[in-house]
Amino acid sequence: MSAATILEEEQKHALHSREFGFWIYLMTDAVIFALLFASYAVLAKNSAAGPTSKELFDLGRTSVETGLLLVSSLTFGMASIALMHDQKGRVVRWLIVTLLLGLAFLGMELSEFSGMIDKGAGPEVSGFLSAFFTLVGTHGLHVALGSLGIVVMIAQVLTKGLTAPVRSRLTRLGLFWHFLDIVWIGIFSVVYLPGVL
Amino acid sequence: MNHSADRSQSTYLTGFVLAVLLTAIPFALVWGGLLVGPAVYAVIAVAAVLQVIVHLVFFLHIDLKSTPVENLFFLVFAAVLIFIMVGGSLWIMMDLHHRMQ
Repeated sequence: MSAATILEEEQKHALHSREFGFWIYLMTDAVIFALLFASYAVLAKNSAAGPTSKELFDLGRTSVETGLLLVSSLTFGMASIALMHDQKGRVVRWLIVTLLLGLAFLGMELSEFSGMIDKGAGPEVSGFLSAFFTLVGTHGLHVALGSLGIVVMIAQVLTKGLTAPVRSRLTRLGLFWHFLDIVWIGIFSVVYLPGVL
Repeated sequence: MNHSADRSQSTYLTGFVLAVLLTAIPFALVWGGLLVGPAVYAVIAVAAVLQVIVHLVFFLHIDLKSTPVENLFFLVFAAVLIFIMVGGSLWIMMDLHHRMQ
């Protein structure tokens, strides 16, 4: 076995460990979100004479946000397929589409937050609103970091090409992005839909 | 190569269609006020759990054959932790709430 093949084997092994490590991180992140969900479920009815969820939530906005995230999961999938085919241009194009969908989601969420704060429904008003902003805000922060990750990966694909480390990072970013969509299922099922009933 | 790519694209599309359906059902029920009482919550919960499974299978490609066993182990471990911590917290708080009334 030549030195090059040994190095290649070693790199493959290292990247495999990173993928496993990233999976453990995702599972711990899932535990954090689960506990934020539990806090929200406990506090959801405690609006302390302030605005209630029924007055604040707008299902129309939530359904558009849900659509944006779901389609962005599909477009990241298309980028992953292009990666399998070694089509650099298509990887970058699908990543850009995913990034735009993620940013549109973030824009809608920020306008929802600022609209609520303007209406006097900021996080300091009641237990319900503290729990709401913590849970939904933590998810939003994850989407913002994921979007930053997509920007970095677009730059890496363009400058470094589809090398083994770049492929591995893209795969891990994809896991992260799909994971965020799973957390959003919990958010609309626990926060928004029961909130307007 | 081409064949597996086709399958992969159809995997994502199948997952997407299922996810759209499982999102549309609870939204339509709540929006249209088609159901009332505990049944709505039950439908929301079942649709959410099914959709999480759809995402895990079709987007994260979790299955019992090709996914490394240690990844599955951590997935199940996280699910057990979540069940104990979330279930336990809710149980205790609901009980307290009940007693304080």
